[in-house]
Amino acid sequence: MKYIIGILVQNHAGVLSRVSGLFSRRGFNIDSLAVGPTQDEDVSRITIVVDGDEYIVDQVMKQLGKLIDVIEVKDITANSVARELVLIKVNADSKTRSEIMQIANVFQAKVVDITTEFITIEATGKSNKTLALEEMLRQFGIKEMVRTGVVAIERGDKSLGQQ
Amino acid sequence: MKITGAEAIIKCLEEQGVDLIFGYPGGAVLPLYDALYGSNITHILPCHEQAATHAADGYARASGKVGVVFATSGPGATNTVTGIANAYMDSVPMVVFTGQVALSLLGKDSFQEVDITGITMPITKHNYIVKDAQRLPNIIREAFNIARSGRPGPVLIDVPKDMQTTLLDYEPMSVSVEYESCNIYSKTCMDEDELKANINQAARLLSEANSPVIYAGGGVIISRAHEELRAFAEKLKIPVVSSLMGLGGFPANHPLFLGLVGMHGSRYANYTVSNSDVLIAIGARFSDRVISNVRRFAPNAKIIHIDIDPAELGKNIRVDVPINGDVKTILKELLDMVPEKAFNGWNKQVQQWREQYKLKTDFGSGQLKPQYIVQKIYELTQGFGIVTTEVGQNQIWAAQYFNYAEPRSFISSGGLGTMGYGLPAAIGAQLARPDRRVINVAGDGSFKMNSNELSTAVKYKLPIVEVILNNHALGMVRQWQRLFYQGRFSHTTLGVDTDFVKLAQAHGAEALRITKNEEVEDALRHALSITDRPTLIECDIDNDEKAYPMVAPGAGIDEIIDE
Repeated sequence: MKYIIGILVQNHAGVLSRVSGLFSRRGFNIDSLAVGPTQDEDVSRITIVVDGDEYIVDQVMKQLGKLIDVIEVKDITANSVARELVLIKVNADSKTRSEIMQIANVFQAKVVDITTEFITIEATGKSNKTLALEEMLRQFGIKEMVRTGVVAIERGDKSLGQQ
Repeated sequence: MKITGAEAIIKCLEEQGVDLIFGYPGGAVLPLYDALYGSNITHILPCHEQAATHAADGYARASGKVGVVFATSGPGATNTVTGIANAYMDSVPMVVFTGQVALSLLGKDSFQEVDITGITMPITKHNYIVKDAQRLPNIIREAFNIARSGRPGPVLIDVPKDMQTTLLDYEPMSVSVEYESCNIYSKTCMDEDELKANINQAARLLSEANSPVIYAGGGVIISRAHEELRAFAEKLKIPVVSSLMGLGGFPANHPLFLGLVGMHGSRYANYTVSNSDVLIAIGARFSDRVISNVRRFAPNAKIIHIDIDPAELGKNIRVDVPINGDVKTILKELLDMVPEKAFNGWNKQVQQWREQYKLKTDFGSGQLKPQYIVQKIYELTQGFGIVTTEVGQNQIWAAQYFNYAEPRSFISSGGLGTMGYGLPAAIGAQLARPDRRVINVAGDGSFKMNSNELSTAVKYKLPIVEVILNNHALGMVRQWQRLFYQGRFSHTTLGVDTDFVKLAQAHGAEALRITKNEEVEDALRHALSITDRPTLIECDIDNDEKAYPMVAPGAGIDEIIDE
């Protein structure tokens, strides 16, 4: 199963390698990792998607909790809004261009760049939505794509950094 | 007050009550060593930075204080790596200062530049590179807090050379160097309600148990909980087995004590665990050297696990009742909750195993026996010596044949298994405890790894007794080759017979060689009569001597190989 872990960290140099290094040396599998600043300039937030079982996720959380630069670590798999952004550059000529744009439309994706040979599409959503879009575009030939990795936030009044 | 970064380091060490450090000078720590010149801190200079870290480790284990190391950048820093990893695995508090090239040279493959914070990330509790001299005092204070709080461990501070000469505002701060039982730096500690419920459940399980056993580890010693452990075991009449790290945490002569458990545990200790219905692990981490085959370890037991590190709970084995907290605090609580019990059928059964399967203790005369040597060391120090060990057979014999009476009297590389640890650790231990005799039980292979430190012991007039159990081989590896590789002794026979007596004498140490059991006592008495320099005793033992009993890797701990 995939677990989504939200982590608040001190915005110190090297903190990302502390977190990612821990995963590799303990043999945990990261599906995705996303990091960025928060409303507090001293604090960054990392979202990690882990593939594993209850034992793995328990160990991941506890080992992360021991890192000095980690402020809080929380399993937010349940009851959160999870999104990722994907940019896909797909082959598109005059014959296929309108079909590709229709597909993008269905996925509420945006065309962000267009040339005579390529269209670049930006889509956000849950991973299964962006994966479905990728699947639909594969037939035209994907030249390049990039994903941000999942970011997630809890629903309602719950949040990290409450203490 | 305006002072330089280097001066601030010395001031902050004084704040922390540090009066002794281990180190090795070099280009990138010249300002630091200049600030040290004329200070009241004693500096011990070994032959190699690895020995500085092991000595600081031995010092920390023998005293309970934080060990402090200075090393220069580049090779100085990388030489500390084994010692840091060793301290990390065995939860030893240590703060290591490394010099670094100046900020302007950083990242340019400058002379003696190495990314030591990157290298030590997986083997430190935390590390720092100082890029703002003003932060240095607080970094040092935080580093000491991290090193000694919760589950202790090493912290490294990398100080670029220009940070050592930059002026900063220093405000003295008085700090408490008391042992900190709270796990202030862990964010995933058990919440109060769960903790309370689990303590209640543990008390209930222990009250109702028919065949309980205590599995004690190094956490008992770190937490200074040996008295609580003893009271607890005595109240419930529970037999006690110990991990290697736990030796000394429970008096070995106590009728409830069964000694080492696991790969080199006695048959009676291992049977007791295998037949238990409740096992309570106290400050121990279920290392693979203890549990061997996880599915066959205490298969019928409910497992209670007390540990200050939440990540240890459920890491190596399923746990029925995890208890996250300081061993001493939790034991005190549990002690009030459990009823006084009487000796019962289970104690009788354990006693019967103990008599039936007791370790061989009669080694007679003639052929020099390593077990006999350790027994004699015990006898002649009345159990109050401090024994350090190298790694391998020497370590196991030292663990089995010396009845450790008090905490911090057995100092051995448990987790990392570092050959070459014992002699520098003995130096640290002797400096920490001038009132005790320190004996390093070594093998010839391990001794050769750091034998140059004999000169350090001579220099500082440390009366360490270096007992080399010389089998002219890498005994433990050879034992495995005999048992599991059809006696194909691939590269475990050392071949060159170095004259250890002459080597020791060349360093200025006392030295003698013995070949018979009858000579052991006199040799040890002679060594113990010398108080101003180390003595090396080379003991010529049989090439094929084994450390038994033993459990084959992957087997259940009740499947024992002996003789």
